[in-house]
Amino acid sequence: MSPTPYLVLATLLFTIGGAGVLLRRNALVAFMSVELMLNAANLAFVTFARMHGNLDGQIMAFFVMVIAAAEVVVGLAIIVMIFRTRRSASVDDASLLKL
Amino acid sequence: MNAPDLEYAALLPMIIVLGAAVVGVLVEAFVPRGPRHLVQVLLALVALAAAFVQVVRLGGTEIVGAVGSVAIDGPALFMQGTVLVLAFVSVMFFAERRIEGGADAFAPAASSLPGSEDERVLVRERVLQTEVYPLAMFSVGGMMLFPAANDLLMMFVALEILSLPLYLLCGMARRRRLLSQEAALKYFLLGAFASAFFLFGAAFVYGFSGSVRFSDIDAALGARIGQEGLLLAGVGLMAVGLLFKIGAVPFHAWTPDVYQGAPTQVTAFMAACTKLAAFGAMLRLFYVALGGVRTDWQPMLWAVAIVTMVVGIIVALTQTDVKRMLAYSSIAHAGFILTALVAVDQVAVSAILFYLATYGFTTLGAFAVVTLVRDAGGEATHLSKWAGLGKRSPLLAATFGLFLLALAGIPLTSGFVGKLAVFSAAFQGGAMPLVIVGVVTSAVAAFFYVRVIVLMFFSEPAAEGPSVAVPSMWTTFGIGVGVAATVLLGVMPGPLLDLAEQASVFIR
Repeated sequence: MSPTPYLVLATLLFTIGGAGVLLRRNALVAFMSVELMLNAANLAFVTFARMHGNLDGQIMAFFVMVIAAAEVVVGLAIIVMIFRTRRSASVDDASLLKL
Repeated sequence: MNAPDLEYAALLPMIIVLGAAVVGVLVEAFVPRGPRHLVQVLLALVALAAAFVQVVRLGGTEIVGAVGSVAIDGPALFMQGTVLVLAFVSVMFFAERRIEGGADAFAPAASSLPGSEDERVLVRERVLQTEVYPLAMFSVGGMMLFPAANDLLMMFVALEILSLPLYLLCGMARRRRLLSQEAALKYFLLGAFASAFFLFGAAFVYGFSGSVRFSDIDAALGARIGQEGLLLAGVGLMAVGLLFKIGAVPFHAWTPDVYQGAPTQVTAFMAACTKLAAFGAMLRLFYVALGGVRTDWQPMLWAVAIVTMVVGIIVALTQTDVKRMLAYSSIAHAGFILTALVAVDQVAVSAILFYLATYGFTTLGAFAVVTLVRDAGGEATHLSKWAGLGKRSPLLAATFGLFLLALAGIPLTSGFVGKLAVFSAAFQGGAMPLVIVGVVTSAVAAFFYVRVIVLMFFSEPAAEGPSVAVPSMWTTFGIGVGVAATVLLGVMPGPLLDLAEQASVFIR
C-alpha cells in the first residue's frame, strides 16, 4: 500500500478546512471547517500508523475524536450564546472589538 | 497484559488540581446556592496550595512517568510551581466582591440574554455564578500538564484542557457582555484553528519518526531516517499552534481583542499563566524532541522574534485603551522571551524560567489595578480617563507605575533582571542581531510605559473622571503579592535565579 494518495487526500481536506475558516462568514460553517481540519489530521495519523506498523497514530486519532467532541460542546455553547444575543452567527457582525 | 504503573507521587500535583475541578463540578450540583461561593473559593485555594506543597516536596525529582508520556523534571516542576502560585492569586481576584458592590466580575448566568428580564432578576437577587472556579481549575490542570507533556498526544490533550475552559471564561463578564461574548467567539475560533495546525503538524512529525514520544523523535532525527520534508512541514505547523498560544506575531491577532473583552480578572490569569505554560511546552518540544534540527527551525524563530518585538511595541504606542496596551506589551514580551529560546542552551532555559515568573507576577498585578479604576459603566479602561489619577489616588497610581516600570525593564525591578537574563542568554547563544533589536525595542517600550506614568501624575484630572474602588482583602492581598514579587525579585533576584538555574535541565 502506498500512503501517498491518503496523505494527498488528508492535505486536501486540511486545505479545504483552512480555506473555509478564512473565507466563510458564518461562525458555524467556520467551526465545521475546523472540524474538517481535525479529521484531516486524523486521516494522516491513521495512514502513518499503517505505514509504520504501530498503533500510536490510531490511538492519537481516538483521542482527537474525543477532544473534538469536547470542542464542539464548548464551541456550540459560545456560538449559540452569540446567536441568541445578536440574532446572527456571522463573524462579520461580531466587530465591536477593533483597533 | 498488565495495567501500566503510574508514578502517583510525581503526578500528585496535577491529580489534586484536576480532582478539585471535578469535585467543584459536584459542588455546583449538590451544595445549596448560599454557601456555594465560599465552598468553591476555599476548595480552589486549598487544592492549589496543596498541589504547590507537593510540587515543592518533589523538588529535584527527575522521572519520565505515566508510561513515558509525562516528564517530571526541573523545568516542569518550576513551571508547575509558578503556575500554581499565579493561579492562587488569580482565584483571589476572581473572589473579589466588594468593588462591584456585593457581586463579582462574572455574569450571574452566562446563558441569560444581555439586557433581558431574566438577567435583571438575577442581578437584583445578587446571584453569583460559581462555575468559574471549576473551569479555572481545569485550565490550571492543563497548564501544569502542558510543560510536562513528553509526547505529542499528551501535549495536544494538555493544550485543549487548558484552552477549552479559557474560551468559556472569556465570555462571562458581568459588564459589557457583548464585548465579552465576542472575545470568547474570536478566541475560540482562532484557538481551534491554531490547534488544528498543531495537530496536523504532529501527524507529520509522527509520520517522519514513527513515534509520538519525544525521545524517539529525537532518536529518529539522530538516525536521519524518514523523510526530511515531512519533518520540516510538521515542525512548521506545530510551531504555528504554539506561537499562537504565546501570542507571537503574526499569530497575535486574537490577543488584544480577547484581553480587552474578557473579564479583567480572567485576562490577568490568562496573560500570566497561559504564556508560561505555552513557553514551557515550546521549550520542551523544541529542545528535547527537535533539538537535532535546530538549524532548521532557528531561522524561523529568529524572524518571528524580531517581528514580534517590533510589531508589539509599535502598535502598543498607538493604543488608547489600557487593556489593549497591556495586551500589545504582552506580545512584545513574548518576543523578548523568544530571543532566548533560539539560543538553545541551558542558560537560556533558566533565563526563560526566571523571566516568565517575574513577568507573570507583574502582569497579574497590573491587570488587577485596572479592575479598580471604575466609572458608572464598569471599568474605565480608556487611557484619557486615567489622566491625573496620581492626584486622586497616589497609592494606586504609584502601584500601577511600579508595574509599568517593571514591564519596561527599569533597574531595581524584576523586569530588568529578567530582560538582562534573556538578552545575555541570547547573546551567548550567538543571536547578536536579536539582542540589538530587543534592546532598541525595549527603549521604545520604556517611552510608552513612562508616557502612561506621566499621564497619571503630571496631567490635570478629567472633570468627570473615574473613581477608584476600594477592594476587599482578596484583591489587596493579590496586588500586594505582585508588588512584593516585582520589588524583591528586582532587588535580590539571587535565590530565584539559582532555583531557575538548578531547574534548567530537561530529562530526555
